[in-house]
Amino acid sequence: MRAISNNRKALNTAIALTLGLFMSFPIIWILILSFKSELDAIGNPLQVLLSSWTLDSFSTVQGRSDYLKHFSNSVIISLGSTFLALLVAIPSAWAMAFVPGKQTKNILMWMLSTKMLPPVGVLIPIYLLFRDYGLLDTRVGLVIILTLINLPIIIWMLYTYFKEIPVDILEAARMDGAGLKQEILYVLTPMAIPGIASTLILNIILAWNEAFWTINLTASNAAPLTAFIASYSSPEGLFYAKLSAASIMAIAPILIMGWFSQKQLVRGLTFGAVK
Amino acid sequence: MGSITLKNVTKSFDDVEVIPQVNIEIRDGEFVVFVGPSGCGKSTLLRIIAGLEDVTSGVVEINNQDATTLPPADRSLAMVFQSYALYPHMSVRKNIAFPLRMAKIDKVEQDKRIETVAKVLNLTDYLERRPAQLSGGQRQRVAIGRAIVREPSAFLFDEPLSNLDAALRVEMRLEISELHKKLGTTMIYVTHDQIEAMTMADKIVVLQAGVIEQIGSPMELYDKPCNKFVAGFIGSPKMNFLEGSEADKYNAHTIGVRPEHISISKTKGQLVGTVGVVEHLGSDTYLHVSCENSNEQMIVRADANNGFKYGDKIHLTLDIKNIHRFNNHGVCIYETP
Repeated sequence: MRAISNNRKALNTAIALTLGLFMSFPIIWILILSFKSELDAIGNPLQVLLSSWTLDSFSTVQGRSDYLKHFSNSVIISLGSTFLALLVAIPSAWAMAFVPGKQTKNILMWMLSTKMLPPVGVLIPIYLLFRDYGLLDTRVGLVIILTLINLPIIIWMLYTYFKEIPVDILEAARMDGAGLKQEILYVLTPMAIPGIASTLILNIILAWNEAFWTINLTASNAAPLTAFIASYSSPEGLFYAKLSAASIMAIAPILIMGWFSQKQLVRGLTFGAVK
Repeated sequence: MGSITLKNVTKSFDDVEVIPQVNIEIRDGEFVVFVGPSGCGKSTLLRIIAGLEDVTSGVVEINNQDATTLPPADRSLAMVFQSYALYPHMSVRKNIAFPLRMAKIDKVEQDKRIETVAKVLNLTDYLERRPAQLSGGQRQRVAIGRAIVREPSAFLFDEPLSNLDAALRVEMRLEISELHKKLGTTMIYVTHDQIEAMTMADKIVVLQAGVIEQIGSPMELYDKPCNKFVAGFIGSPKMNFLEGSEADKYNAHTIGVRPEHISISKTKGQLVGTVGVVEHLGSDTYLHVSCENSNEQMIVRADANNGFKYGDKIHLTLDIKNIHRFNNHGVCIYETP
């Protein structure tokens, strides 16, 4: 490898920092706004930075809407849909990775193609189905829809991880007397733990942040944090400080989780790319 | 009990016929080696016996029962893979215990059997380690341990020694042979290494392009190969083949003679040639000789102190009792000329 000079290193660091700052700027700005009064929050940037700090927006937001209810809805919906999806995806990915048929590649592409459809294109039929089955504004309904929309990505990710597992080991399990269930449970799953873990984390993040379906299919009972944020951009007008406070409260849990699991996430996402 | 019979077994992958048709009978307690160049179908054949591969047609019988469609788990066979295929997330103890756990054998009995196997294979000190912390030879022993612990009716070995270094390979070869003598269980062993086949087998099955060329004991194959392929494949260094005028003298299209069946002289002999590379093995020396009247290189085994060196003129005499004659299809002719 070529040695990199110190100047070059410093330049690289500066570029990286600038890019990082640029990318995280919206979140940083929301964080600042959430600690300002409504009046200061709509001022020019200098005024925003120099004005006094306050926790008012947070207390107003908590007073007006039940944060804990939305938070628990978000937790139930994202965890529920992730576990349900994994339950379906692990055997599917096993089948596609280890006993591929002639159509496996096509099925994988077809599944992915469903992600290319704009969700609004199927909003009406799904809305009607939800209405007829009494699933509107229920957590069960949201768990089902989020499971379905994230399933293609989960299967794809697991498929990629499973492909990296030597088939000899699964065959050894079969020779050792393991049936299909035992093979998946005792051999494949433990070996794929890093891959499964990063799939799980990514899917929780996706489900937590999913806004289209969660907002359109809920009113109040099952509304997760995404709907909670949206309720602050209401017909009464935009309240930057309160909207920012709500956003921070909504994204904080997932940001913290993401921070702690970033090593796992990066490892999982680059799994197989570098050996 | 561990008899295995393949009746008219064929195998095709899509349109490619890998095994045109094979019939093999393996008796209980035999050590059978499938040997052949890579791509000859020997591993496929083993995987068919294991149940990891379906047959296209034909019948697989294990202990005289039709097992053609039985899943691998129900065949009571154990397999040792070339890659060892240990479970990386389990300790050695758990690896060896896995087949017992699958068979729902109670914990006390499991521990007892694991201890016995570990003692036999010198693994007692390593039971709590993970496979990644073991050397190649130790991993291979764990794989063997996992196979013998459940007392199967036959063992299948798929090139188990090819990932080991030369010294370890010789050692493990002996250990497996010893294990066979001790357990008396049927073993089917796949290798491309004819030395492994010769040293270990009761019965060798030589395969080429999915076709059985010959089945026999090691010495039968060495003394009476039925065609040129087997003659060339079995024995090391390989048999020398001569065509043309030299072969005509013996009324054959091709004659074959092993390096150890040629005597050398400085003054007179049947063939004259020039010594090329001289390989000293200590006990023996192999001389590579280019003969004057043929383009072929011949390999000759000589005593360590034969006195020949690169570029010397040499006279060769073939041992008439040990000349193999082949017709123009490469098939051996056995009646006297």
